[in-house]
Amino acid sequence: MPRLQMTVEALRERALFVRRDIIALLAKAQSGHSGGPLSSADFGTALFFHEMNVNPSRLDDPGRDLWHFSIGHVTPVIYSLMGERGYFPLADLLGFRQLNGHLQGHPSKHDTPGIEVSSGSLGQGLSVACGMALGSRMDGASRRVYCVMGDGEQQEGQIWEAAMFAAHYKLDNLCGIVDYNRKQIDGDVETVMGIAPLASKWRAFNWHVIEVNGHDIAGILQAFDEARATSGRPSVILAHTVMGRGVSFMEDDYKWHGVPPNRDQAEQALKEMGTSLADWTARLESWTRPEVAPGLRAAS
Amino acid sequence: MSGTTKTAAPVPPAPVNLAKPEMKRTREGFGHGLVDLGERRKDVVVLVGDLTGSTNVNLFAERFPDRFVEVGIAEQNMMCIAAGLAATGKIPFLATYGAFASCRSADQMRVTVAYTDLPVKIGGAHGGISVGPDGATHQAMEEIAIVRSIPNMKMVVPCDYWETRKATVALADDPHPNYIRFGREPVPVVTGPDTLFTLGKANVVREGSDLAIIACGVMVYEALVAAEELSDRGIQARVLNVHTLKPLDRDQVARAARECGAIVTAEEHQIHGGLGGAIAEAVVQSYPVPIEFVAVHDRFGRSGKQDELMAAFGIKAPDVVRAAERVLARKRAR
Repeated sequence: MPRLQMTVEALRERALFVRRDIIALLAKAQSGHSGGPLSSADFGTALFFHEMNVNPSRLDDPGRDLWHFSIGHVTPVIYSLMGERGYFPLADLLGFRQLNGHLQGHPSKHDTPGIEVSSGSLGQGLSVACGMALGSRMDGASRRVYCVMGDGEQQEGQIWEAAMFAAHYKLDNLCGIVDYNRKQIDGDVETVMGIAPLASKWRAFNWHVIEVNGHDIAGILQAFDEARATSGRPSVILAHTVMGRGVSFMEDDYKWHGVPPNRDQAEQALKEMGTSLADWTARLESWTRPEVAPGLRAAS
Repeated sequence: MSGTTKTAAPVPPAPVNLAKPEMKRTREGFGHGLVDLGERRKDVVVLVGDLTGSTNVNLFAERFPDRFVEVGIAEQNMMCIAAGLAATGKIPFLATYGAFASCRSADQMRVTVAYTDLPVKIGGAHGGISVGPDGATHQAMEEIAIVRSIPNMKMVVPCDYWETRKATVALADDPHPNYIRFGREPVPVVTGPDTLFTLGKANVVREGSDLAIIACGVMVYEALVAAEELSDRGIQARVLNVHTLKPLDRDQVARAARECGAIVTAEEHQIHGGLGGAIAEAVVQSYPVPIEFVAVHDRFGRSGKQDELMAAFGIKAPDVVRAAERVLARKRAR
């Protein structure tokens, strides 16, 4: 079952799990980023549990789609998605950023099986995805390549070198996703260094641009379908999101870009999400097998 | 050139007329090496940043157009595209000027290529001051220092056409990232098609035990010329061709220190962090002996002709001879 194609309802529930995982692992590590992981949890879940053909039990499956997070700092959501999807036991999430754990602060291929290419220095990932898409085409493979970028990251010049390349080589097997939460470390993106009008920029680079509410699962699935149906040019999905989405006191506040919740804040966040730190941590600890954990409703 | 005694990688004596050597471009060795590879394996692809002719990858492009990727003037992009290609099982070689490959895309080389340990092969053309008239911006003289400081990277500086061609082929078989430096202008051919090249194994190209001259790249020829002149004065210099800067052949270097008791290093590179630095690190940890460095002394290059520049920057055979005299004086004073 490489492509899960979960229903919208099941995806909503799984996205809630992912958000709980993010808070629980950050609370344990007391280090890491909160804002971006929470804003990308919905489209991330749609990617891993509906759209992409991935095979966590056979990482080198030649038929797999390739995914790459150019924003390496959102490891809390990357690892939560991987754990929920069965790449490794969910219990491992509690070793995030620990010396002897396999979950580095930024994604590392040789520490975390399933990561295709390490990342962490912004602006490089879309180029990597271009190479993956071109290599796949050279092989005549039908695989698709997905690259998640940040909106602040659009300030890196290399993004636009890659944008030029992908359109020049008509890499229609490539789908970029921008987590457009309008915040970066120093403040509002438009205040720090404006990137608007972003859709026009991508169109001018000859990409097919799809704008979507990045928290509307049904809309996200439609956007993936539209990208899949687009030929002759790469597609980019501008996912309009809210930083810190799902935790009232984090939402739309740039100060949550790079810090974790303390214990009390994590407790409050998880309470808002219908669980407690002790209960959710216990769920993670108990799941020691690398497989997709059942949902509350979806599994029955 | 004398025989090949006591070397791990024996070098068949190649008839080299030091006074009037055959001249050939190392970049052509890179181009021909890529063609050799293209014929041998289907997974080799070549990327270039708008320098097809000057890096000689045109030879590959003409033969294997489906495996040739023009990236345009975007070195950082090219480094990461190569990484993505490697992630799909390709063996990508990228070619641009070494000044850009080593500096402009250093972060991409470090994070995306080396940290992931992908088999990306970086071809740095126009290495060293011998680039000539283009001047300082295009004369790569920091490559060894930068590349060898990055984990997982290997660094090769071949001495001539044949060695560049063989090194290019050998690097494809190494499942890790690596960097090969070659030059623009024709340089003396001092090896032959049958000379053994083993990645990570230094070649003794002249025997002697009064001192050792350890060189890489075009300086191997200058070292041989210097050794010949020293020989006329009754001083027998061993010449060691350290084509692989990383991993360094520490055994061969320690042997040179032990058996010769004095070392001169010779490179077309900044004095900080290059061959001299690598040799010094190895020697002080094995068998400390006096070392003199023939290198560019912490300054940018400038426009001029190849030979003029090498002389002006103090990296010709006479400079090696003077360094030998200094190091022998220090050896005697111990």
